[in-house]
Amino acid sequence: MSPDATGTRPSTGGALRIGDRLLASFGLLVMLLALAALAALLYDVLHDGLGRLSWAFLTSYPSRRAEQAGILAALVGSVYVMGITAAIAVPLGVGAAIYLEEYGGRGRLSRMIETNIANLAGVPSIIYGLLGLGLFVRMMGMGRSVLAGASTLALLVLPVVIITTREALRAVPKSLREGSYALGATRWQTIQRQVLPAAFPGILTGLILALSRAMGETAPLITIGALTYVPFLPSDIWSPFTVLPIQIFNWVSRPQAAFAENAAAGIIVLLALLLMMNAVAIVLRDRFQRRSR
Amino acid sequence: MRSILSGACVAVTVAITGCGGGGPAAQVITIDGSSTVFPVTEAMAEEFRNANPGARITVGISGTGGGFQKFCRDEIDISDASRPIGASEQEACAKAGVEYIELPVAYDGLAVVVHSKNTWASSMTIAELKRLWEPAAQGTITRWNQIRSGWPDREIRLFGAGVDSGTFDYFTEAIVGTATRSRGDYTSSEDDNVIVQGVSGDEYALGYFGYAYYEENRDRLTLVAIDDGDDANGRGPIAPSPQTVRDGTYHPLSRPIFIYAKVAALERPEVRDFVEFYLGEGVPLVREVGYVALTDAELALVRARFAARTTGTMYDGPSSQTTITLEQRLSR
Amino acid sequence: MRLRTRALAEFVIERALFLCAATSIFVTLGIVFVLVFETGAFLREVSVFEFLFGTEWTPLFYDKHFGVLPLVVGTLLASAIAMIVALPAGLLTAIYLSEYASSGVRRVVRPVLEVLAGIPTVVYGYFALQFVTPLLQGFVPGLAGFNALGPGIVMGIMILPLVSSLSEDALHSVPNGLREGAYALGATRMQTSLRVVVPAAFSGISAAAILAVSRAIGETMIVAIAAGQQPRLTFDPRVPVETMTAYIVQVSLGDTPAGTLEYRTIFAVGMLLFLSTFALNIVSNWLRNRFREEYA
Repeated sequence: MSPDATGTRPSTGGALRIGDRLLASFGLLVMLLALAALAALLYDVLHDGLGRLSWAFLTSYPSRRAEQAGILAALVGSVYVMGITAAIAVPLGVGAAIYLEEYGGRGRLSRMIETNIANLAGVPSIIYGLLGLGLFVRMMGMGRSVLAGASTLALLVLPVVIITTREALRAVPKSLREGSYALGATRWQTIQRQVLPAAFPGILTGLILALSRAMGETAPLITIGALTYVPFLPSDIWSPFTVLPIQIFNWVSRPQAAFAENAAAGIIVLLALLLMMNAVAIVLRDRFQRRSR
Repeated sequence: MRSILSGACVAVTVAITGCGGGGPAAQVITIDGSSTVFPVTEAMAEEFRNANPGARITVGISGTGGGFQKFCRDEIDISDASRPIGASEQEACAKAGVEYIELPVAYDGLAVVVHSKNTWASSMTIAELKRLWEPAAQGTITRWNQIRSGWPDREIRLFGAGVDSGTFDYFTEAIVGTATRSRGDYTSSEDDNVIVQGVSGDEYALGYFGYAYYEENRDRLTLVAIDDGDDANGRGPIAPSPQTVRDGTYHPLSRPIFIYAKVAALERPEVRDFVEFYLGEGVPLVREVGYVALTDAELALVRARFAARTTGTMYDGPSSQTTITLEQRLSR
Repeated sequence: MRLRTRALAEFVIERALFLCAATSIFVTLGIVFVLVFETGAFLREVSVFEFLFGTEWTPLFYDKHFGVLPLVVGTLLASAIAMIVALPAGLLTAIYLSEYASSGVRRVVRPVLEVLAGIPTVVYGYFALQFVTPLLQGFVPGLAGFNALGPGIVMGIMILPLVSSLSEDALHSVPNGLREGAYALGATRMQTSLRVVVPAAFSGISAAAILAVSRAIGETMIVAIAAGQQPRLTFDPRVPVETMTAYIVQVSLGDTPAGTLEYRTIFAVGMLLFLSTFALNIVSNWLRNRFREEYA
């Protein structure tokens, strides 16, 4: 920068200029440290676990011998529990979002529901576990079943589903609705035939993000009593189950180094699954956005 | 888009109505209880499953007390226990109409361990252990040199069994004199793996758990030999080993460990087959896991007990665990 | 005729959707009910004073004490360490991204920070136990295998993206006019950032910080795996401690029959946890709304 130019950057004293540089470098350094921490984490996990990752690992059941232990029950359990969670959370969440966005007025009740949802989003996940324990497991007698776990997780992600669905609905231009009304459609017809299809990619993206959050949750499922040694696939919603984070937690708790490797390999599987889900969400969103253009 | 939606609906419906592991799903054999017995039951379950692919067995580690609570609420089929069933638990089972068969399956030596870098505590007397673990020690006995002068003036980091654990009940009875009387200011867990992790991560730590957990981790832990002051079963401090546990010289911390099978559950062939496996083909697994197998004579008596479906416990009555041998008890 | 059934259908659908929305209220009511019910039963046997101010927590043992302070101090210790890591670093990152970085850098760094925020906490727990604590044991004397320092730092790394993105939003909301005015008066970028923009965004940044504290207090898996299970009243980050959340996990891993005092302790602790995070969230939201009003 030419020392004579006074255009964009006003001339300042040398010390201030240094301070400016320092802040920039400091900020950059801190940011790089944060990224380095992420890199360290990924490196550590890959280094410990990549060697353990194999087809046998993906298709075996847990075992007392670390070399033979596998993640099949946890993997299938995770996918199954996510399916049931989605089945519960989607109707409730999308329905709630539709009501708040399309029907709800500025009334006090609607506003109360909105603040309530915002607050629920900030409640620690273990509290949802206590709710699941007190309500689903004890009061409603579901026991340590897939249904109890999925119901608890569904309540946990419900605020996220509602908030993201609302944003997706809000993004639909008003003209679409007005055109539909002008043609004589009722409110529900408009929603069903015009708004929902238009908002679908956004809703789907939000749902996948919510499910990827649920897939990584451990604490609520431990609290409702999910077991750690479940060497079979869940047969129905009343069956005992285990999921990836709990299997990882179980292996992390074992002091033998070989189990730490298993835990790392399990983490790789979990992260890969999450990455896949997020990638699918992004791809779907792009594809539908292109289509609607 | 519609096709995707309907496809998703079909998938979810199939999932709900059950797709699982193919074929008619066998009923689940539910087992819960002691973390000490867990390695044995886990090994049995695994090998049984290898021989019988349709078998579905879950094993929890709520602790001996926790397992009995579930067992006497009729929630599980088999209870793993590292101590015999207690009086209140017997009452609860009787009230719930749960009949059980008590089956000793192995011997365990409760190991007291320290970090491998610990050079000073190679042996301890029962009196010292009592002074360390009794309720009065809570908040007061916190440094090594308070146990024995000459030991380092450093804080002891204690790790031990949780209150639902049979190891806890047994240790407190044998060392402090009365079951469940213990200090509370230590890292407690029903999961012995946590105790292993704790002791192996801290130079000034001391902990206790079932011998099998020491065997699995002997490279980072050191056993503390116990001196019970009684020359009759060996002078001086004795360390636990398969030998000393079997012949009873590792005293008073050798004990039998049990499974309790619910009589009603034994009507199901898979449960019956599993228990028979446990007492028959699976016996070599006991040693493999790190515990001491029963003698042939004792094993025969246990099998006879099972075959005859003898219910109730052998441990009601004034004689505590440590006075008469298992064989004597089984023959009564 | 058709019109009537149509209108009826519309009405039923609207009510059904309303019920979906009302579910969220039922969830809150459910949480409050479950917590209040069990805590109430707990407080019938243990006085509030002993619970909140007692210094020993041994509810399961022979010599029972129900003072929750060791758990609270354990939680605060780990959270404080997390905040020391996350707040300055998060704010600095936000300032850099907002005031200095080119859009290219921003496009790369933001998604990476989002990835950091999306990693499951059990993975962070593994990282804390297997990597960070052994690493720290190399140069922190007397660091036990379970301690508050390792998980505290890892929690800070986990929360950093939250602080960074919320602070960045706050900094962005500050109208450019303020910046341009400062430049026009001859200020450097640093002076503008630190003396004009940050103070202007102060309530937004405070909201972010308070939300971060709430997040740290409610965090479970990292501390359950790596901080230990020994309730003790200490400010030493090198020894095993137990947080409120780790206690709930510890008891849940055992078996506690419903209706016993031990079972109720997890709800009493849960109630304390819920109230503190709830209060913090409310304060944070209030600050954020007030901030939005200032610059709407």
